[in-house]
Amino acid sequence: MTEHSDYEAGSYVGADREPGRPEERTLAQEVRGYVLGLGLAALLTIASFWADQTREIYASGIAMALLVLAVAQIGIHLIFFLHITTDPDNENNILALAFGVLIVCLIVFGSLWVMLHLNHNLMPMHSLAQAP
Amino acid sequence: MSTPALRLAHDPALGPAGITPGRITGRGAGGPAPKRIVVGYGFWIFLLSDVIMFSAFFAAYAVLFKSTAGGPSAHELFDLRNTAAETALLLASTFTCGMASLAVGHRSQKWTQVALLVTGLLGFAFIVLEIREFSSFVARGAGPSRSAFLSSFFTLVGCHGIHVSVALLWLGTMMAQFYAKGFRQDIRYRFLCFSLFWHALDIVWVAIFNLVYLVGSLPPELLP
Repeated sequence: MTEHSDYEAGSYVGADREPGRPEERTLAQEVRGYVLGLGLAALLTIASFWADQTREIYASGIAMALLVLAVAQIGIHLIFFLHITTDPDNENNILALAFGVLIVCLIVFGSLWVMLHLNHNLMPMHSLAQAP
Repeated sequence: MSTPALRLAHDPALGPAGITPGRITGRGAGGPAPKRIVVGYGFWIFLLSDVIMFSAFFAAYAVLFKSTAGGPSAHELFDLRNTAAETALLLASTFTCGMASLAVGHRSQKWTQVALLVTGLLGFAFIVLEIREFSSFVARGAGPSRSAFLSSFFTLVGCHGIHVSVALLWLGTMMAQFYAKGFRQDIRYRFLCFSLFWHALDIVWVAIFNLVYLVGSLPPELLP
């Protein structure tokens, strides 16, 4: 295995190539991967700003559209820049990512859910306090 | 007769003792994973814990978003041209950081230094824009102590800004180490972690510019 240790290239959470077989992708192919990722990310960024400015989209859906575009762009970043792939070497990374996403969703949506209900349930007291 | 695992172990196509590192390491078979995989995995766990911390700030911001205490709202404050510039700078810097990874992978001192320098300058410009934005908010009486909304805004976006600033120091250290010590293996592991950190910061920024700036700048009647 020691002969593999010489091929520790740049930014790979998990390899999208096998250790010991580093030359499966040429430099041009790797650059192309980053350029493709940059192009897709830029497109989604422009789409986000467009969705924000336009009034073509059903108004109540704009915030949801921005959420969807953000998730899509995060996916692009994970694949093209952080190199999260379906490679066996990446299994642990993907499992950790899945767990992280679960916790993030619990914290964000759980907080919103609980706090909105609290606000709702405390409403009468609130309007009472404002009464003359 | 024999189990699939045994057949796998004796399959001559898989090389000596059936071990193909990288093929089976993820499942705990076939010997220890290469160090590059282990280092990346460990740092990945740290990044996920960092993201979970950010998610708590996001949750606080989302809950307090409308608690403006009579102060300025997001719609009145945010300047989207500034946000667009910051987004472009950070996206470009994440790309040049990827180029630096390729340069390190190909042992090119010149391109490593150039790509890292460009990455650092773009990141620095991002920080400058953010500080300008924050000070303009404070000058307009919209500092972090004005309302719960602004407290949560400054905490969330400021925490990201602090991360980028620390990453800039790390970036400078990496440039110096590559320059002084060459492409030593331990330094390349450090750089692997740095590049993961930098890309992860851009991911957090994607969430911030979409969910804080773009959603926040919608007129109140369009908000959910």
